[in-house]
Amino acid sequence: MFTVSSLAGRADAADSGAVTSHVGERRDPRVPFGDPPPRRAGRKGEWLLAAGLLIPNLILLVLFVYRPLVDNFRLSFTDWNISSPQANYVGFANYIEWFGRDDTKTVFFNTAVFTFATVVVSMALGLALALLLDQKLRGRNLVRSVVFAPFVISGAAIGVAFQFVFDPSFGLIQDLLAKIGIASPDFYQKPGWALFMVTTTYIWKNLGYSFVIYLAALQARRGDLDEAAEIDGASKWTHFRKVLLPQLRPTTFFLSITVLLSSVQVFDIIYAMTRGGPIGNGTMTLVFQVYHETFVNQRAGYGATVATVMFLILLVVTAVQVRFMDKGQRA
Amino acid sequence: MSTTTMGRAARSDKAAKPGKTPKAGAQSAIQGQGRVGKVFGYAAMVAVLLVIAVPLFWIVVTSFKAHDHIYVRPAEYLPIPFTPENYSDVTTRIPFAAYFRNSVVITFFAAAIKIVLGVLSAYALSLLRFPGRNILFIVILAALMVPNQITIISNFALVAQLGWKNTFQGIIIPLAGVAFGTFLMRNQFLSLPHEIIEAARMDGAGPFKLLWRVVMPLSWPTLVAFSLITIVNEWNEYLWPFLMSDDERTAPLQVGLTMLQNNDGVTNWGPVMAGTVLTILPVLLLFLVLQRQMIKGLTSGAVKS
Repeated sequence: MFTVSSLAGRADAADSGAVTSHVGERRDPRVPFGDPPPRRAGRKGEWLLAAGLLIPNLILLVLFVYRPLVDNFRLSFTDWNISSPQANYVGFANYIEWFGRDDTKTVFFNTAVFTFATVVVSMALGLALALLLDQKLRGRNLVRSVVFAPFVISGAAIGVAFQFVFDPSFGLIQDLLAKIGIASPDFYQKPGWALFMVTTTYIWKNLGYSFVIYLAALQARRGDLDEAAEIDGASKWTHFRKVLLPQLRPTTFFLSITVLLSSVQVFDIIYAMTRGGPIGNGTMTLVFQVYHETFVNQRAGYGATVATVMFLILLVVTAVQVRFMDKGQRA
Repeated sequence: MSTTTMGRAARSDKAAKPGKTPKAGAQSAIQGQGRVGKVFGYAAMVAVLLVIAVPLFWIVVTSFKAHDHIYVRPAEYLPIPFTPENYSDVTTRIPFAAYFRNSVVITFFAAAIKIVLGVLSAYALSLLRFPGRNILFIVILAALMVPNQITIISNFALVAQLGWKNTFQGIIIPLAGVAFGTFLMRNQFLSLPHEIIEAARMDGAGPFKLLWRVVMPLSWPTLVAFSLITIVNEWNEYLWPFLMSDDERTAPLQVGLTMLQNNDGVTNWGPVMAGTVLTILPVLLLFLVLQRQMIKGLTSGAVKS
């Protein structure tokens, strides 16, 4: 890569030296190697350099993201079992099965609740905390670190440990509830409470991400607008709504997509805490079902079908998000 | 969808504040806090601190508790008698050193590849001009839209075919393409003052000198943030190493930890919590070292010249 660029650079210098000399008149023309450099590397040089810089990344993404995306679509029309060399074409049988199966509704509901709750709650709390810790409060740096800390901890480790935090017999939550005279819900056996448990754990762990991104955006905001609002005597509420939120709009859009994508993909916390249970599919989400059907039930074809359905749903949701963003900007 | 929902949620949340302190709310802008606002702010800070810190405290305390002091009601909040044996127990019962080594190897190589590829891709997509630039950017960015789970089945088949199961390359290479980092660094590079870049070019800086001497020093805070996020993500990566590893040859700590959880019919929480603490600790220590730089980076990145 280095050779390509330096060769190209030299060739361009020779080519365009005459054109650009009047721009970069900085060096003594008598110095032999002081040929004024080109203002911008020429077309061919830049093209080669860009190709060299981009190709490794592009190859990896094509080979391990786009190829399997297409291949997954193909697999969803087969009865492949992940280990056999043979896969038979079965048409839409997997899709028909998915739409007809009893557990589909449960899995879809679990995914929707988990995703919606994690995206909305972690972004709202993240923004609230960013606003709080952007103010001049003593000890705010400590609290900033503490809020962000869980985000760096492995989801699997948190899942394992929080299983005991939520233990209905000897856990932390149980003990705190007992202190105010409330019996602990059965987080292990009741599907609704189990879903609550994994959702809460996920939010606890990932809140710091939204917080840090919002805090950075708040700190990058235009101070003059704050001053103007202050001079105009705008209330805090008006200030937030008319001055801060519009400035944060790109951040909100960015977060709404990244938080959604990462929370849809959660596997570690659910695997560590419930293995998708209780009662078979109490906390089974679409992504967990992909794993479960493919690698536990050895039905890779059906797993690929679930993955395809999930992908299509994600595409639609994201398209809606983008539309809202566009509308908001035009308004 | 969530843009608006979120906005509404945050609004109602914020609306509660002036509601409680109408005078302070009306009189002061965001900086100039009323006294009631200050009290509310400190109360909120303490609440946040407790919600995050108490579970962590509970995990650490449990890891030092004797077996029959874990299963008691009401719960005990101090580990008496102090039982560090949980730690020697967990390190002898699972091949801890091997898991740890695997975690370090996977994190180091995956993060290094991603950081380098991310910076180079972002540089090409922001400061070089060539046909098809926007299309290539979209091709890279769109990879973010593809969830891991849709790629695992086919990637698993490919890697198994290559004979890469239970190898580090089998874990690292499929994870090494970088979309998010490219996006982050490209935005950063595009935000740099145009005049500085032009001035450097006029001074005869070649593409790599421009990158290394001008663009990177100005982008340091973003690079630190990007690197930190990448390292943390690779350390915490679970599903792919979990599918690729059958045992301690390549399984990272996280996978080892859930294997430990598997081994017992009824989880023996003392050693398991000790294992959890040991899994969490390295990345928390790293975070403590890097976070000051990161928070400083985030704040100084906000000040544009």
